[in-house]
Amino acid sequence: MQIINKGTHYDLMGKRSLALVFSGVLLLIALAAIIVRGLNFGIDFTGGTLVEVGYPQAVELSVVRDALNQDGFGDAVIQHFGTPRDVLVRLAPRDDMESAVLSDRAFSAMKGIDPGADLRRVEFVGPQVGDELTEDGGLAMLYALIGILIYVGLRFEYRFAVGSVIAIVHDVLITIGFFALFQVDFDLPVLAAVLAVIGYSLNDTIVVFDRIRENFRKMRKGEAIGIINTSVNQTLSRTLITSGTTLLVLFALFLFGGEIIHGFALALIVGVVVGTYSSIYVASSSVISMGVSRADLMPVQKEDGGQDEMP
Amino acid sequence: MNQYPLWKNLLVLTVVLLGGLFALPNLFDQDPSMEISAQRDAVIDQATQSRIEQALQPAGVVAKGMVIKNQKMLIRFKSSEDQLKAMDLIAAELGDNYTPALTLSPDLPDWLSGLGAEPMYLGLDLRGGIHVLIDVDMESAIEQAAERYSSDIRTLLREKKLRYIRISRENDQVLVKFNNAEKRDQAAEAIGNEFRSLNLQSLDEAEAFLVRASLSPAEKQEVQKFALQQNITTLRNRVNALGIAEPLIQQQGVRRIVVQLPGAQDPAKLKEILGATATLEYRLADTEHSVEDAVNGRVPPGSNLYHERDGQPVLLKKRVIVTGNQIVDASSGLDQRSGQPAVFVSLDGVGAKRMRRMTNENVGKPMAVVFIENRVTTRMVDGKPVKVKKKVEEVISIANILEPFGRRFQTTGLDSTEEARDLALLLRAGALAAPIEIVEERTIGPSLGQDSIDQGFLSVMIGLALVMVFMAFYYRVFGLVADLALMMNLVLIVAILSMLQATLTLPGIAGIVLTVGMAVDANVLIFQRIREEIANGNSPQASIQAGYEKAFSTIIDANITTLIAAVVLFSFGTGPIKGFAVTLAIGILTSMFTAIVGTRAVINLIYGHRRVKALAV
Repeated sequence: MQIINKGTHYDLMGKRSLALVFSGVLLLIALAAIIVRGLNFGIDFTGGTLVEVGYPQAVELSVVRDALNQDGFGDAVIQHFGTPRDVLVRLAPRDDMESAVLSDRAFSAMKGIDPGADLRRVEFVGPQVGDELTEDGGLAMLYALIGILIYVGLRFEYRFAVGSVIAIVHDVLITIGFFALFQVDFDLPVLAAVLAVIGYSLNDTIVVFDRIRENFRKMRKGEAIGIINTSVNQTLSRTLITSGTTLLVLFALFLFGGEIIHGFALALIVGVVVGTYSSIYVASSSVISMGVSRADLMPVQKEDGGQDEMP
Repeated sequence: MNQYPLWKNLLVLTVVLLGGLFALPNLFDQDPSMEISAQRDAVIDQATQSRIEQALQPAGVVAKGMVIKNQKMLIRFKSSEDQLKAMDLIAAELGDNYTPALTLSPDLPDWLSGLGAEPMYLGLDLRGGIHVLIDVDMESAIEQAAERYSSDIRTLLREKKLRYIRISRENDQVLVKFNNAEKRDQAAEAIGNEFRSLNLQSLDEAEAFLVRASLSPAEKQEVQKFALQQNITTLRNRVNALGIAEPLIQQQGVRRIVVQLPGAQDPAKLKEILGATATLEYRLADTEHSVEDAVNGRVPPGSNLYHERDGQPVLLKKRVIVTGNQIVDASSGLDQRSGQPAVFVSLDGVGAKRMRRMTNENVGKPMAVVFIENRVTTRMVDGKPVKVKKKVEEVISIANILEPFGRRFQTTGLDSTEEARDLALLLRAGALAAPIEIVEERTIGPSLGQDSIDQGFLSVMIGLALVMVFMAFYYRVFGLVADLALMMNLVLIVAILSMLQATLTLPGIAGIVLTVGMAVDANVLIFQRIREEIANGNSPQASIQAGYEKAFSTIIDANITTLIAAVVLFSFGTGPIKGFAVTLAIGILTSMFTAIVGTRAVINLIYGHRRVKALAV
């Protein structure tokens, strides 16, 4: 079985100005969404209280709202979670109550509707913890980028390092932009998924770069652009197959993994799709734009020893 | 010819066998069990075991197994019905000095548990339970230390007969005011000699000569360290008294404490006990002055106005006879005369001496018991967190001293037996050295935990099946070999997680799912290379050799970069995210082994020893 026929040779790099426009438009939409609509941060970052209650039977939201109103939780945000039997409530801080006991009071009010109600989950994040998390999350992303920049710079060449970081920033921005555009909850697991997207996007990019390096050394003739085009073509089926199998498991996770993991799976699905595209176009065309040449990639003495050995 | 040397084949075989062995415990059922721990000086030994056996026998409850380990006894039962019945029986038999806690333990055969094999350690989001992050109010701890110094300085100056005008405390500083510079300098010298950890500064203001004493940075650090340690000890005592199996109480950073209580069911109650600062104080009532005057704002110097629980005002002497810190033991019960709920209190030596002297001198006069509780809340004001502190002080009982007493006595006036029980627990566990506040809580009900396990398992299986079917179709024999490696990879991840006892969380399961999708990448890279080599007209054996060889450095590069992301995730992440990073990292490492070395061993077995015309790749 073959996805791409043997000997196929698309002029992928020839369409890179088209890809540039496409990427540019996507990035603009993502940035606009992030700036104008903003991210719908979950309580992990904003701080707040969240209570999930499971009822033995389906329950109307208006009934829950009335029960909470009576206990002074008038400004609670109420929604079904996954099934009509599950209710998710977000509570605003109250002056007459310690934050840590808010959830207990809300749950007892909700239990009044049906004594069989089951406390599924409580999440309370104090404002100071939320702030720290936002800061740490940003820093983590920065550290990951720096670590990768250094590794790729050492293993390949600085232009490749810059190219892969451009691809990563591209993928991360578009993934986050997706969450802003559709106002999907951005919580801690989603942030973890975005960090994993960094790893994934890079994984794809490295495979392409590896082939580019190999071909520069092997093919003594030909333009840089032609060699890069050949390399991308040679790795194309691998790129598509690996993305395909990863998407298969991610859809399994999205559909069967439960509500809590939904955002996480979604972020990875978006990230993998964008990452596949960017490893073909963004990373390679950045390298072309920076004017890489054969001389930059000729084996250095040090590298010859270690790399092409048998497993 | 493609042949692995014997040692490589043996290596693969050993890894496979060990992996299977250590993953095995996860297949066994969990028995409903009970963990019994001893409080204070009680011991758990063979005698305890036979007491328990005898208590269970009449009710027809049979224990499946009993083991004593690390001063704890683990008893396993056939059903949770037996477990709950036994809980009541054992609690009644052993009494207050032992705490039984419900838990689950795997029903492993002896040879397996003898190897030290254990099932994976599930995180709270999978097994259900309560996770709270507690912030210790260090500013208060330092203020309390400054307060102690101010009273020590007062005593010192009195002893040395150095007259001062006023001693006051401002935040973490103590200000002492004098009439003249000479007195001030003498005092400063005396204070400096006595308290070396204070930084002293002399100030001359209009008509006032001041010494400003502040805690040195080293002393502040010491105070904070002590407050944190003391609070951890107190919280541990409280948690142990509650009877929760496998509690985790750990320092996080310089001012936070993580408390994780697996399987705990009643978060409201737990938070109350953890955060409670309730303590008692014993004071004499002020009978010389009028309560009405005090209510109208003329509180006599030497006294303070308090209220009883029903709102009745009471005037009490400022001087405290005994505080909660001097209570060494407490238990709850009923007052023999009135039948009211009561707390029976034992004092330490100093407290007992004071109590005896005071009660001796004041027979017939009323003494009051004050119930004190501190609450701290953080609120957002104009986008900035602001701490609000509230102190509740209530007089719970006021009664005439009938006869002098000392070390042991009882206190009544509590609303319910439950309140008496909680108060006794708190007094016994010791007071918190500094006020605490819960800044994060994550409670997962047991039903949600089980749902997450089921859904996580289902998605791993579906994801695995889809990928395996695809690989088998796409790469035929080589695809099947990759499938074998993929399954092996899963077994190895489970085995390593079990061996390390790393916490498996829901995002961790997601990490495993992701690994399943990405693990085949190495094989895809290798197999594509083999196809290319064949297309270039190379012989099958040479193609296999070249395919593995050329794909190797690519695989390493690609995986190391993903590993970097996983390491960053790990170092930044909190609980569940760490779980994701751990499974991702383990998955990357195991998949490199199974996909490169593992598949090669099998491919060599299939093709290596014979002439091959065509490869099914």
